[in-house]
Amino acid sequence: MSLVVDIRKKLGSFTLQASFETQGGILGLLGASGCGKSMTLKCIAGIEKPDRGHIELDGTVLFDAKKGINLAPQQRRVGYLFQNYALFPNMTVRQNILCGLHREKDTSVREKRLWEILQLMQLEGLEQHRPHQLSGGQAQRTALARILVNEPRLLMLDEPFSALDSHLREKLQMELRNLLKEYGHDVLMVTHSRDEAYHMCGQLAVMHDGRVLTQQDTRKLFADPHSVPAAILTGCKNIAPARKIGTYEVEVPEWGIRLRTHQPVEEGLKAVGIRAHAFRPEEPQNAAEVQWAGEMEEPFEWIMEFRFRSQSPETGTIWRRFSKNSRTEKAPVRLGVAPEQVLLLYEA
Amino acid sequence: MDWYPLWNSLRIAAISCILVFFTGILAAYYASRLPKAVKGLLDVVLTLPLVLPPTVCGYFLLVLFGVKRPLGRWLAQYGIQFVMTWYGGILAAAVVAFPLMYRTARGAFESFDETLAYSAMTLGLSNTYIFWRIRMPACRQGILAGTVLAFARALGEYGATSMLIGYTPGRTATISTTVYQLWRTNDTAGAFRWVLVNLAISTVVLLAVNLLEDRQKRTVKK
Repeated sequence: MSLVVDIRKKLGSFTLQASFETQGGILGLLGASGCGKSMTLKCIAGIEKPDRGHIELDGTVLFDAKKGINLAPQQRRVGYLFQNYALFPNMTVRQNILCGLHREKDTSVREKRLWEILQLMQLEGLEQHRPHQLSGGQAQRTALARILVNEPRLLMLDEPFSALDSHLREKLQMELRNLLKEYGHDVLMVTHSRDEAYHMCGQLAVMHDGRVLTQQDTRKLFADPHSVPAAILTGCKNIAPARKIGTYEVEVPEWGIRLRTHQPVEEGLKAVGIRAHAFRPEEPQNAAEVQWAGEMEEPFEWIMEFRFRSQSPETGTIWRRFSKNSRTEKAPVRLGVAPEQVLLLYEA
Repeated sequence: MDWYPLWNSLRIAAISCILVFFTGILAAYYASRLPKAVKGLLDVVLTLPLVLPPTVCGYFLLVLFGVKRPLGRWLAQYGIQFVMTWYGGILAAAVVAFPLMYRTARGAFESFDETLAYSAMTLGLSNTYIFWRIRMPACRQGILAGTVLAFARALGEYGATSMLIGYTPGRTATISTTVYQLWRTNDTAGAFRWVLVNLAISTVVLLAVNLLEDRQKRTVKK
């Protein structure tokens, strides 16, 4: 079970140049909007045609520019869950799901499989409803049911939670993750949300400006994003240009400080990143005097904005995030960062 | 009262409406997928009959299908002659009604959510199935509106019809040419009778459309 993608497509001044492969489980394509994530999915599904390259699924060549192979979407057996779920508005839930079962010629088998999936997806009683009568979660499950009964060899999800209310989102992420575990095929999921990516995906491919920068285990990527775009996409709030001054030391001119690092600094360093929760008043290492610049209360945390004393006032503030019970009467005057928490960011 | 003009008008309108239904939808479907520049040009050509005076359309039809013209002469070998025949009226009405079908259908196709077609393709549904069972139903309101407009236009066609098939009682007379002829020959009462007939048909058509729309709204709300 594997998908190999290595394609190129030019769209005006934008060039998509995506190459990655799946290794089982859920692979997330993480990127800002407009970076080419959805276009990549469309190329895999056969809706868009790449200019060059090769797409292979489980040993079947879906597309190969050199050999002139370009299978029709109908022949690729790739399931595609669209952002808006794309349920056929003129058909009921039942008819929509039967569209996924059109290859099954035996009526009794078809009915049996329909009822199985209705049960699995908790859609019983909704068979005669039309798409506009469904809630967001029901619509998502109907669309997924329609795809799963079609038995695709690869399942692609395009921002599957973006059309849902935020309070439903996490609940459905949990449901979908459990369901996909049982499904057992490769899943490719597009998202711009780091939380979604972290919850759902075992591996992440980071896309930036039409290119796949890196493909890694999700946890490893969050621990060491390695490039500025990846740091931003994994939610790192504080990023500043930096230069190497020792094997384990960097200088950050914008903040006016030097930082000790845990990892050896390599050549080609561009910037450092420090996550907002990494700053601690009791941390002795990399400690520097800071000046309070503002704060914002969140439901369960505080965000404090500050500048280093050595930082010029016209530069941007730094964010620190901490739990409510660790808040002190007076804002701390010194903050430190453990060397392991200094993210070294290189050329993408 | 001789009912021939009613029968003739209805068959001309019905047949030309069916022709325009298919050709208009096909043209609209392919035009909506063409690159912009080509589409603009094609659009001008296909919409021209809407803005040209119907008599000018009739002129062009005569130039093309006149019995002494190459195309007209060629068709005459097979016994087909559009000039001064009742079925010539179908041609005249179809040409004039075509842009109405084409434009409304194209508008409907362009507002169609393509992801519906894409997801159907990835499910393995054939392009024919997608067109007739997904695209057309989703666009039915626009297509229905276009069909009704085309039928109404074909029924009321006068200019191109009178140029191409003239007015021969019992052979090429339609309601609109009859009204003009009767008025011209001072038969005011006769003209008025046909005006009433025309009003009745138009009212029935519009009522039918409203009914259909209401029913559609109700099923959507349910």
